[in-house]
Amino acid sequence: MSLSSRFENIEMAQHLCGKLLEPYDLPEETRHWILMALREALANAIKHGNSQDVAKRVHLDMDVVDDDLRLTIRDEGSGFDPKGVADPLAPENRMKTSGRGIFYMKTFMDEVAFRPVDGGGMEIFLKKHLTRDGKKEE
Amino acid sequence: MKTTVREGPGGVQILDLKGKITIGSGDVQLRETINKLVEGGKKNILINMKEVTTIDSSGIGELVGCYTSVTNKGGKLKLLHLPPKISDVLTVTQLITVFDVYEDEAEAVASFGS
Repeated sequence: MSLSSRFENIEMAQHLCGKLLEPYDLPEETRHWILMALREALANAIKHGNSQDVAKRVHLDMDVVDDDLRLTIRDEGSGFDPKGVADPLAPENRMKTSGRGIFYMKTFMDEVAFRPVDGGGMEIFLKKHLTRDGKKEE
Repeated sequence: MKTTVREGPGGVQILDLKGKITIGSGDVQLRETINKLVEGGKKNILINMKEVTTIDSSGIGELVGCYTSVTNKGGKLKLLHLPPKISDVLTVTQLITVFDVYEDEAEAVASFGS
């Protein structure tokens, strides 16, 4: 699906992702953090990727493959270097008002990957392994 | 997000927040409410988070910004009734040590006088 670059669309995407998770009967907390990671990726795409230009779209793919939730979020912006994002836990960054979105995603998901898209934009891939009791398999 | 401001003993401003503090919905509102209090000379602020359901990284950023602006004006900003998920977020971002957090309102209000 593709969404216009409005923050209001984040909740709709979260709602649909929540539907995808329903068969897994996840603990409420696990579900909350997955949807939070999705929120952060979409907010990142809308704000930093597309600079809130409503003419630009955010493209979202959601799927469950072999009990892995796979989310792909792509913007139409000019891209960024994820390695250039400062560590929010470093003492000099701890009191900054921004720069925690990627940290959120990495904290709550099993895999987070960034890929510049040919022709412009950045793609973020998020993966979380789902089990019926919501716990990660050993 | 809904915000209600009431005045406690000693002039402590108590902000009762309800709902989400997320990007585009509540984050800027929080900043504006705090700024208005500080500009009005209210320097001791207690934020009651009991009915906050969600806070994203943008909301955390605003909370940090509010803390800094109040502190820079010589005031104090403290937190009351942190829901578990928000406490978790403040813990993983290592901000839990920055904020004074209370579970009892009377105790929190009294702490501004100490």
